[in-house]
Amino acid sequence: MISRAERSQLARWWWTVDQWQIGAFLVLMALGLILSMAGSPPVAERIGLPPFHFVHRQAMYLVPAIIIMLGVSTLDPRQVRRASLVTYAGAMLAILLALKFGHEIKGARRWIFGIQPSEFLKPAFVVLAAWAFSEGAKQKKMPGTTIAILLLPLTVIPLLLQPDFGQTMLISLVWAALFLVAGVHILWIVGIGGLGAIGVLLAYKLSPHVHQRIISFLDPQAAHLGTNAFQVETALDSFYSGGWLGRGPGGGVIKRILPDSHTDFIFAVTGEEFGILFCIALMALFAFVVLRGLRRASRDEDPFCRFAATGLLVQFGLQSCINMAVNLDLMPAKGMTLPFISYGGSSLMALALGAGFLIAVTRKRPRSEVLLETEVPAGLPA
Amino acid sequence: MLPQDDQPQKARSAVLPPKLSALKARMLSTHLHNSDKRINFVAVCFLGVFAIMAGRLVQLGFKGGLPGGVKGAADQELSAARPDIVDRHGRLLATDVRTVSVFAEPGKIIDKNKVTDELTRILSLKHPEALRHRLGMRKGFVWVKRTITPRQREEIFQLGEPGIGFLPDLKRFYPNGPLAAHVLGFTNEDNRGIAGIEKYIDEQGLMSLHGAGFEVKHEDLKPVKLSIDLDVTQVLRDELEKGLVKFKAKSDAGAILDVRTGEVIALESLPDFDPNDPGKGVTAVNKNRMTAGVYEMGSTFKSISIAMALQDDKVKLGSRLDATHNLHYGRFTIHDYDATHRMLTVPEVFVHSSNIGTARMVLRVGVPGHKAFLRKMGMLTRMKTELPESAAPIIPHPWSTLNSITIAFGQGINVAPLQAMAAVAGLVNGGNLMVPTFLKRDQAQALKVSKNVVRPDVSEAIRYLMRINAEIGSAKKANIPGYFVGGKTGTADKIIHGRYANNKVFTTFMALVPANKPKYLFMVIMNEPQGLKSTFGFHTAAWNSGEITGKVITRAAPMLGLAPEDVLPKAPFPLLAAQGYTYVNQPNGGGMVD
Repeated sequence: MISRAERSQLARWWWTVDQWQIGAFLVLMALGLILSMAGSPPVAERIGLPPFHFVHRQAMYLVPAIIIMLGVSTLDPRQVRRASLVTYAGAMLAILLALKFGHEIKGARRWIFGIQPSEFLKPAFVVLAAWAFSEGAKQKKMPGTTIAILLLPLTVIPLLLQPDFGQTMLISLVWAALFLVAGVHILWIVGIGGLGAIGVLLAYKLSPHVHQRIISFLDPQAAHLGTNAFQVETALDSFYSGGWLGRGPGGGVIKRILPDSHTDFIFAVTGEEFGILFCIALMALFAFVVLRGLRRASRDEDPFCRFAATGLLVQFGLQSCINMAVNLDLMPAKGMTLPFISYGGSSLMALALGAGFLIAVTRKRPRSEVLLETEVPAGLPA
Repeated sequence: MLPQDDQPQKARSAVLPPKLSALKARMLSTHLHNSDKRINFVAVCFLGVFAIMAGRLVQLGFKGGLPGGVKGAADQELSAARPDIVDRHGRLLATDVRTVSVFAEPGKIIDKNKVTDELTRILSLKHPEALRHRLGMRKGFVWVKRTITPRQREEIFQLGEPGIGFLPDLKRFYPNGPLAAHVLGFTNEDNRGIAGIEKYIDEQGLMSLHGAGFEVKHEDLKPVKLSIDLDVTQVLRDELEKGLVKFKAKSDAGAILDVRTGEVIALESLPDFDPNDPGKGVTAVNKNRMTAGVYEMGSTFKSISIAMALQDDKVKLGSRLDATHNLHYGRFTIHDYDATHRMLTVPEVFVHSSNIGTARMVLRVGVPGHKAFLRKMGMLTRMKTELPESAAPIIPHPWSTLNSITIAFGQGINVAPLQAMAAVAGLVNGGNLMVPTFLKRDQAQALKVSKNVVRPDVSEAIRYLMRINAEIGSAKKANIPGYFVGGKTGTADKIIHGRYANNKVFTTFMALVPANKPKYLFMVIMNEPQGLKSTFGFHTAAWNSGEITGKVITRAAPMLGLAPEDVLPKAPFPLLAAQGYTYVNQPNGGGMVD
């Protein structure tokens, strides 16, 4: 057993990390494997693969994912920043390569070498933005805030070129949340809100893809023949079909006609086979991670750790909320995975990386260490 | 915002005015001291979003029930049991037949194209693309086909398709085909009445029972007994069909009304439809012209005008009216078709169908009195029977003296033929106007809902006029020996493009059997009958509608319990005789009518 008395590296890690958070992530990963048994066989059958093809793949991805999460969680904040910088640079390079050489899948160039680099970009971007904001807040000489502001277009423009409006929106929202939390003037928030609205409006006007999705959400009857309306209606049927207690594992019928039942619409499949009560419990688990994490982050004294944890949690929370809201027909359809539950290698690795960063930055540290890093200039209140 | 924050920024923004640079500094600065509050704010936002989604899940949970929904949906869709419909003697007119219908659960069908092909083959569907569309619908339950044969059921069963199932179903069956189709109406696939008495039954609350979830079995429902006589209806339809062919008319229709009770004994309108397979349903071509069409009744309307003048004491039976010259009113001239150029008594006006004479009678009453009487006779408002198909009369606006003059002889007002029948029935039955009914009732019930419109002696006078007209006037074709028939013809030129067309006519004929103690009123209308060699080229009512009515009386009267009598009744019109008109009881009016 890991003893408090022993000052081993492992013991030090175990007693400083948020064990509840690690536990929650591991439970989510396990549930992801179980639910992929429900959601993926119809898809596998449809494209002529063995029914449990995706289940096996998901199980195989879990091993490196857990290693990444736990490995990254041992880093200290400085190492986290460096790791993010490297990941960000690597992911950005891969995105640019994908734009140039990648294959077009469903109208977008997102994939290269079998991975989706934009997934890895997200946690790295969040950590870098948190870093910049915290530097801006700490040392007035450093143009941290300016860097943080410039970081957004730098990250978002390549994503828009893919195009990937879902990720763009997610990253922009996380960045806006960080900006808010960093304590900027209220005018900025109003201005950014306005810019966001203009952005959505422009996307609606200029991109037929976004236009169609929004139209089909606002007026399902008019776009009745659209695939999005079909997906969302089928998803709702899944919940109706499952009722409170579900039809039991393997008992789902709607899932057989539900597109993307193993990725974007896994929550609906969960509803059909395990029931609405189970869905509420699953949602509660996400809420637990996000709300508990945010509460702890608000008490963290290190600005970087506070911002990074907030940003990573907002990213995690927004992604899960958007996915579930789409499944529940509360939002127009977005290509957004449900963290740890949806099938997908890149998504799982990137989430493990993000979770690792989160655990790393929320580790308990001696107050002196924090103060040393914070370096508040004399004469200014922290 | 802390003022100290301005200090470090100032150096870099020396080029800016002090105020602006201060603002810039404040805008760009970030603060740690309130970030915990803002994180909590973010957390509260998340809490709200999670709460909304949990609420949505709960809502979906309570709304749910799609899989068990097949039963629920089927209950909604299944045909509702309906009561039998029988004629006045209890003979079956409409009933429910048990069948099997095949349905699909689109969500359970994987290969929809294959299933569509198989079902199209077995059921010989005419529109496979419609079935393919239904199978692609976002529903838990759709019908494939209602009422299939046992052989088809077996073949579909052998497909072993999990998303296809069978349900016991009901289909409405009309054993007499198109007989009395316009009275019965028909139902849709779900056994809901959508025309005729079937619709009336639904409106009486049957469907609300079903809607409230009451299981209503066919056996528990009391049959609906109509006033219709199936045999008489058969005779009427047969003669109308023959007449339609013989006179090359566009359409014809007829009805038999019991003047004592207001019951409709038979009603037919050709062309009609088979309620077992109504196809496009009721269209402008095959509508019920007795209730859902309005026409100028022509001279048949004169009975009403004369009754009014008698009732108001503006004329007596023996009064003489000036028909020596055409009647001029403004720039209009009223002619007589059968011009006599002399003074005419009231019976002579009727027998010669004198427009001038009738118009003079109406002029004595005046426009307000004329309108009031027509209103009392129900000629100015829509007549509502049990049949939902009804048409409102077309009456002139404004109503001038000229309108009254032409309406006197049945031009310038359009009413439903059954409405005109009801009026004449009310005049001849002793003066009790009653709305016709398609449900069986007795005389006591009828009198309770009737309205007295003329005195008994006026009623008798109208019966006398119809009788003398059958003896020596235009209704001779229907004067079937032994039945003491009374009758009146009417021929109206049809209005084509706003003008009366001379060659296109609408003819009406009404006959009363027997004229002394009236029981049944017969009516036949014909739309554009042609003149034939056998009719010497005439297309007026006596030659076509009159002939058909005569044939109907010959065949139907025995069925209605009327026995032909060898001798004429002794004193058929006692009230008129008591007023001094003794000639009315003599055959052919004793030569007093010429």
